[in-house]
Amino acid sequence: MREVGVVGFAQSRQMRQTTGTTNGVEMLVPLITEVFSDLGLTKHDIGFWCSGSSDYLAGRAFSFVSAVDATGPVPPINESHVEADAAWALYEAWTKIQTGEVDTALVYGFGKSSAGDLRRTLALQLDPYVLAPLWPDSLAIAGLQAQLGIDQGKWSEQAMAEVAVRSRRDAETNPNAQLAGSKDVDSLLAEPYIAQPLRRHDCAPITDGAAVVVLAAEHRAGELAERPAWISGIAHAIDSAHIGARDLTTSPSTLTAAQKAGIDGVEVAELYTPFTHQELLLRAELGLGDDVRITPSGGALAGNPMFAGGLVRIGEAARQIWSGSAGRVLAHATGGPALQQNLVCVMEGR
Amino acid sequence: MTVAEPLSAPIELSFAYTRSLGPTLSRFMTGLAARQVTGARGSDGRVYVPPLEYDPVTGTAITDFVDVSDHGEVVTWSWAAEPLPGQPLDRPFAWVLVKLDGADTPMLHALDVPGPQDVRTGMRVQARWAGERAGHIRDIVCFEPETSAGVAPAMVDVDAVTLVTTPIELRVQHSASIQETRYLQGLKEGRLLGQRCPKCGKVYIPPRGACPVDGVPTEEEVELPDRGVVTTFCVVNVPFLGQRIQPPYVAAYVLLDGADIAFLHLILDCPAEDVRMGMRVEAVWKPRDEWEHGLQNITHFRPTGEPDADYASFKDHL
Repeated sequence: MREVGVVGFAQSRQMRQTTGTTNGVEMLVPLITEVFSDLGLTKHDIGFWCSGSSDYLAGRAFSFVSAVDATGPVPPINESHVEADAAWALYEAWTKIQTGEVDTALVYGFGKSSAGDLRRTLALQLDPYVLAPLWPDSLAIAGLQAQLGIDQGKWSEQAMAEVAVRSRRDAETNPNAQLAGSKDVDSLLAEPYIAQPLRRHDCAPITDGAAVVVLAAEHRAGELAERPAWISGIAHAIDSAHIGARDLTTSPSTLTAAQKAGIDGVEVAELYTPFTHQELLLRAELGLGDDVRITPSGGALAGNPMFAGGLVRIGEAARQIWSGSAGRVLAHATGGPALQQNLVCVMEGR
Repeated sequence: MTVAEPLSAPIELSFAYTRSLGPTLSRFMTGLAARQVTGARGSDGRVYVPPLEYDPVTGTAITDFVDVSDHGEVVTWSWAAEPLPGQPLDRPFAWVLVKLDGADTPMLHALDVPGPQDVRTGMRVQARWAGERAGHIRDIVCFEPETSAGVAPAMVDVDAVTLVTTPIELRVQHSASIQETRYLQGLKEGRLLGQRCPKCGKVYIPPRGACPVDGVPTEEEVELPDRGVVTTFCVVNVPFLGQRIQPPYVAAYVLLDGADIAFLHLILDCPAEDVRMGMRVEAVWKPRDEWEHGLQNITHFRPTGEPDADYASFKDHL
């Protein structure tokens, strides 16, 4: 296996609504400029480009093709796309580097959720025969999962509110966060439900945003970063598309990915959990104790750019390595309803 | 010249997805049309409802079908205080996972109760069937609190269901880019406004959020004439749905004088066989009072009669 390091990261300010197109160009151009400036690179230094986005979210066909303009793709570049969170585009880029064909890759993801009705759009990722025709929206599905765990005593509304408080207080030091600062737990629990058992603080906000990550192999990573965040393990797995066939209080696919990636000894875990109970679920599933710092960026609860949010987790975790504040970190990404598909990326400084 | 706010407009996307059913889902949907819920037993012995097409453990096709009750119990729920378009009920309701009697896995549906205080995990519920059934998951209108002991529903003879049709619609507010907005505003005034890339100097019409060579937005506005040259073209001979012009006619790339990228438009007012690469053409505009924010203000281009352009003058724009 080739050693691959995360050497660059830029993200847009997470905003409730931007004025740009749904093809992401306006958000991506400044981010690509920023990482190139940080790393002293030009587009000619990038061996492979890979993006993650969704045409359903963009409300137009082949939106990712328009986004490619942001890379300056003439003359032609080596490029690919996943209709998934850009964390999976990073997985593809990591694989591409493993082939030995390229030494560098730029990964980007974008989503303008404000253009449509995100709750309904996400219903269309469900099984099209027996689930999607009922239009169960994202809050409905998350609420079913949350209530199941409450009934089983795996978590409580109190514990969920504690997650929200920590997340949005952590976000106070994240200049890109959409929401920062929080009332205390008792005040949050006095708020009304929006989709019982979920209150507003239990749910990620609707966010427009984008992110860019640069990967480099071996000596090239060493040239580009003082202390690259070396990917020591990366894996992804998926659970059944049949909601009822899963135990929604567990996440076997996350566990599978974590076992493949090897998560022992991580000091920080950036978890992509758009609902408070999902953080509690994943901490239990992964056996992350109190000694592991959870999502210091504030995470998806402070800003949730769809199709970039998982890539943001990887970038935020990598920053912990670059700064020297951690030696071994975990980043997690999710897609699908109720944590159906999950990716775990473990990085370390050397 | 820049603009502060881009032009924006809503679009309704809709499509009725028609999906063929394999043997498993066909069995399930045919059952629904007959007021019967059917599951399938996996290799782990569990009865999955709705039936899975493939065994989650072994990956083999599941063929052991099992009829189950249309009564069952709530496994978990969440409250839909403000139902969204398309959902099973248009008044507040509970989303539920219901484990039907005889099933081992729960199915998702709606439960019709007045308020969240009227639903709890473990409560008994029964299906409310639609009067007219099509072999679709919505043949079950919703679930309701159980009022009688589960009895075998009156089976109805139905034809095998092999297709389901599900209408899907999404509403999206599309914005033009700042550059496109300037271009569209120009068209409303009968002007053709391009922009120049600050790096390579190429003039794009429409102007772009990112030059595909340099990845930076176009900036300096360049007003272009409404005449140019046909770079390449095709003769449309094939009729298609929504066609507005009688074939044969010509769709061509037109490179305006001073532009570096051609756009697609129609060449009319001459026989299709007369159109050629390098032919000089000019825009034919609609009457001024019909101008909108769009290139449809130009109905088509027509030959000017000028001598053809040299191939060398447009060979880099093909």
